[in-house]
Amino acid sequence: MIVLDHVAKTFLTRGGEQVVAMSDVSLEVKRNEFVCLVGPSGCGKSTLLRLVAGLVAPTGGTVAIGGTRVTEPRDDTGIVFQAPTLLPWASVLDNVLFPLDMMGRLDAAGRARARDLLTLVGLAGFEGKFPRELSGGMQQRAGICRALVHDPDILLMDEPFGALDALTREELTIELMRIWQEKPKTILFVTHSIPEAVLLADRVVVMSARPGRVAEIIDIKLPRPRDFDMEARDEFQDATRRIRGLIFGNRGARKT
Amino acid sequence: MPHAESGDSSSAIAGPARHNARRWSRIAADIAQPVAALILFVVLWEVMCRVFKIPAFLVPTPSAIWVDTWKLAGQVSMHTLATTQTVLLGFLASLIVSLPLAVLITASPVIANTIYPLLVLTQSIPKVALAPILVVIFGSNELPRVVVTFLVAFFPLVLSIAAGITSVPPELIELGRACRASRWRELWRIRLPYAVPFVFSGLKAAITLSVVGAVVGEFVNADKGLGYLIVTSTAFFQVPLAWGALVLLSLLGIILFQAIVIIEQVFFPWAVDTDKQAV
Repeated sequence: MIVLDHVAKTFLTRGGEQVVAMSDVSLEVKRNEFVCLVGPSGCGKSTLLRLVAGLVAPTGGTVAIGGTRVTEPRDDTGIVFQAPTLLPWASVLDNVLFPLDMMGRLDAAGRARARDLLTLVGLAGFEGKFPRELSGGMQQRAGICRALVHDPDILLMDEPFGALDALTREELTIELMRIWQEKPKTILFVTHSIPEAVLLADRVVVMSARPGRVAEIIDIKLPRPRDFDMEARDEFQDATRRIRGLIFGNRGARKT
Repeated sequence: MPHAESGDSSSAIAGPARHNARRWSRIAADIAQPVAALILFVVLWEVMCRVFKIPAFLVPTPSAIWVDTWKLAGQVSMHTLATTQTVLLGFLASLIVSLPLAVLITASPVIANTIYPLLVLTQSIPKVALAPILVVIFGSNELPRVVVTFLVAFFPLVLSIAAGITSVPPELIELGRACRASRWRELWRIRLPYAVPFVFSGLKAAITLSVVGAVVGEFVNADKGLGYLIVTSTAFFQVPLAWGALVLLSLLGIILFQAIVIIEQVFFPWAVDTDKQAV
């Protein structure tokens, strides 16, 4: 579904310096696969997401979705950001409908789908509320609905639960798995939380920093549906330990 | 956003009755206290003037100001209307010019670098010094006064609108781009609505400055207006009347300022709240 072939991205700083955000990243994501990206800050996780979204162009290699090269944002991709960033002047429903409106595809079917999505994430009855009347967790639920409203086949999530408290975070993690089970999609999920990545993902892509590159890809063989009780399992513990070793081991090795 | 949650839970506990009582006590505190302080101030003023026998041409008593101003009520209201007109015309001009100017400045660094020095130049000119020259250019009529008002008021408005347009979270811009929205649509649907609270804080500054600008214009060249009234009445030692004009000017400023506050609350209630959170 998504193919990154020897992708490199170099940014120019304002001082004219070249900063290598990622170099030689190759990755293949299958249809309806749930892939998590973990790694230290500056490993280019968010850049990778934006490359797939078509928001930035690679300086080397190619990004392709379904065999077509990505050169600009495509209609069938949804994005969830770390902050919900809802429009403060629009109701929850209008916020969810915003992408359809911007694409000029607002119709009755879209409205119905928006209402269904809000019901799916437990926000039924909040359609007419304004973002400031919602808690952080509810706002992020609305943010997820906004990313799904045009029924994309790819969902890109950039630390979507990073700004939430631990309890809300667990709640939304379970909820995301339920949504994914009900409406299968290809999901690329960036996170700083190793347990979160292991619980959610079919495969965890561990990245290393400066320059950002793929250190290793780990298959998670836990059965589905999953829940937080699985954290006690050996497979879970082994996977988190390995990822930790890859991230912190590398850093230790570089220091010496 | 934790504000929203805590507000909800406390009002749920308090119930409607106690909520109402608290609201009334808050209104009482918000209005009654300032009014009481003002009355006390005026009374003290009156007493001081009488006890120390301060001559009316230095500091007139509030009662003398009232009597002298009321005697000429018809004339004074004509002057007040004239000043209000100048203030509003200059204010509207600054809004009409500032909005597209702010959009242009934020559109590209090249335009910003071209326009900014010119704007700073207009701001470094003392407006009082410019006013007589404007009278020569535009003639002895309303126009130079409106132009001075505009020149005094528009700059902070441009700055705050530009700040609003550029303060949009980058994620929202990315969302717009991901939906392949045109730059025009991005401006109209994301950037400008986002700038609304900033526009209003700029408008509040601009209306206050507009009153200043109008009076400056009237000092230099006018045949009516409260600024003109102050110049002529002091020239004829009608000092209480000049003080009356002063009081009317500050009232005018307060009323126009509050009008903007109310417009914001009625048409953009969400912006008022974000305003408060920012503070």
